[in-house]
Amino acid sequence: MTSEAAITFNQVHMAFSGHTILRELQFNIDKGAFVGVIGPNGAGKTTLIRLILGLIRPSSGTVHVFGSPVRRGKRQIGYVPQSFVADPDMPLRARDLVGLGLDGERWGFAFPNHARQQRIQDMLDRVGATRYADEPVGTLSGGERQRLLIAQALLTHPKILLLDEPLSNLDIHSGHEIIQLVAEIAHDSHVTVMFVAHDMNPLLGVMDQVLYLAQGRAVVGSVDEVILPEVLTELYGQPVEVLRINGRILVFASGEMVPLTHSESIAHGHALA
Amino acid sequence: MHWFQHLIAPGFFQSTEVQVALIIGSAVAITSAVVGVFVILRGQAFLGHALGDVGSTGAAGAALVGIQAIWGFLTGGLVAGTAVDILSRRSREREVTTGVVLSAMLGLSALFIYLITQVSSTTGVTQEILFGSIFAVNRHLVVPMMGLSCVALFLIAFIYRPLLLSTISLETAQSRGVRVRLVSLIFLFAMTMAVEQSALVMGALLSTALLIGPAATAIRHTRRLGYTMLMAAGLALLDTWLGIMLAYNSFYWPPTGRGWPVSFFIVTVMVLSYILSQLIPQPQSKRAQ
Ligand SMILES: Nc1ncnc2c1ncn2[C@@H]1O[C@H](COP(=O)(O)OP(=O)(O)O)[C@@H](O)[C@H]1O
Ligand SMILES: [Mg+2]
Repeated sequence: MTSEAAITFNQVHMAFSGHTILRELQFNIDKGAFVGVIGPNGAGKTTLIRLILGLIRPSSGTVHVFGSPVRRGKRQIGYVPQSFVADPDMPLRARDLVGLGLDGERWGFAFPNHARQQRIQDMLDRVGATRYADEPVGTLSGGERQRLLIAQALLTHPKILLLDEPLSNLDIHSGHEIIQLVAEIAHDSHVTVMFVAHDMNPLLGVMDQVLYLAQGRAVVGSVDEVILPEVLTELYGQPVEVLRINGRILVFASGEMVPLTHSESIAHGHALA
Repeated sequence: MHWFQHLIAPGFFQSTEVQVALIIGSAVAITSAVVGVFVILRGQAFLGHALGDVGSTGAAGAALVGIQAIWGFLTGGLVAGTAVDILSRRSREREVTTGVVLSAMLGLSALFIYLITQVSSTTGVTQEILFGSIFAVNRHLVVPMMGLSCVALFLIAFIYRPLLLSTISLETAQSRGVRVRLVSLIFLFAMTMAVEQSALVMGALLSTALLIGPAATAIRHTRRLGYTMLMAAGLALLDTWLGIMLAYNSFYWPPTGRGWPVSFFIVTVMVLSYILSQLIPQPQSKRAQ
């Protein structure tokens, strides 16, 4: 069973200075699965990603990746952040940003050579970023930047791709394009994907499993198994209703008008405490 | 060739002071410009400025005990830099921590400079600490100053990729196993060396001029980091050489024939070239619409 799993959480507790963020996390993520990691702001989604990257250690329990304990800086895991810092003047071309994905952690310079340039160019083609490959990164749109970050993460051919809220700075259209791109690449290259989002709806067509986080706990399964009033009521510890309208799913606390997993409303204080 | 003789005063290339100034000035210009590019990209101009200011505490202390100013500048910068790094580890408020350390060090500086004026009757030492003393630099310092430049440039070359990666995205750098604290500490050391070296030439108050000015102009006009550094270094060299030349000429100028401060000329040339560069349009996007 473990040999089939890409990621295994075994009784993971995570607390920061005595304050518990995640408790009793116990699940396997299958190899090649596209998993949507869904939950309100502050639910611990980023913490979960950092555990898998080995950037923090669980307070107790273990996290395994392909059967071995996690270690920082492993090339089998690719990470895509929300965005990156760059003024319009930043003297860095799109292809140089992507190139950092090859060996950005190594000491010293990267000396340009043909094989290196070719690998970068191939990846730029793969994510559809060739048109703006020589532009300064600071002048690119959110969607263009996100493609570069995905290319950067994929250059070392990771077997797992972790994306932490890649949609948060994008309009609906570019968000959709990014999801399709990731789904396509994941399928072609058999990459396991953990895609963090505060809204599950854009991911409904592509995700194999949903990992729903709330109140420090997680449920993992297909959308039809997890997004049910009983399951989420148990998870949130208070009555929850699930509405399906026109193929969209909305999760409400009973009696409240505001959906639980939309960051804007959560940020304004409607989340369950 | 007549105008040329007016531009370069007689004896310019024969003077040992000028030769020393040109060699040290060039080393300082290149180091400051290269380090400065990362200082701007990382948004650490205030820290850079503070490192220069606190160098004055060390240099004033050095004058009191009678050792070379450069070692005082370096000590001041390293003490303050380390203090900022340790304190901001806990509070995460780097700007505030920098401000507090800066105040503490400058308070000490005030005391030291007061003591200097009590023990010696000239204002020369204070003037040199605050505004530079390139023509008064001991020529035995040429080798140590070149050494400092080499170390700072080597450190930048060594951390180049992880520094760039963590400047753009700290999380990505961490996820790739970059030890971001170590990298930023090494950068802090390189920056301190560049700033304090520059403080000897430009004075504590103007030590960041060479760090920020040429790099800011170069960032605006290039789109590849390697070119940015080359251009910044070229501009810094030009500013420094012209500045030294004009300062040498100014020995023949009023009021006393003792020469105007080099830092005044370097900054003037720099500001003029910055203004000129603002008039040149930035490189246009080659992108098809
Ligand atoms: N290093 C840390 N130290 C203390 N608290 C933390 C740390 N990292 C995260 N937290 C806390 O853990 C909770 C979950 O954070 P996070 O994982 O970022 O949530 P999400 O990504 O789902 O919005 C938040 O309350 C946050 O303040
Ligand atoms: Mg988060």
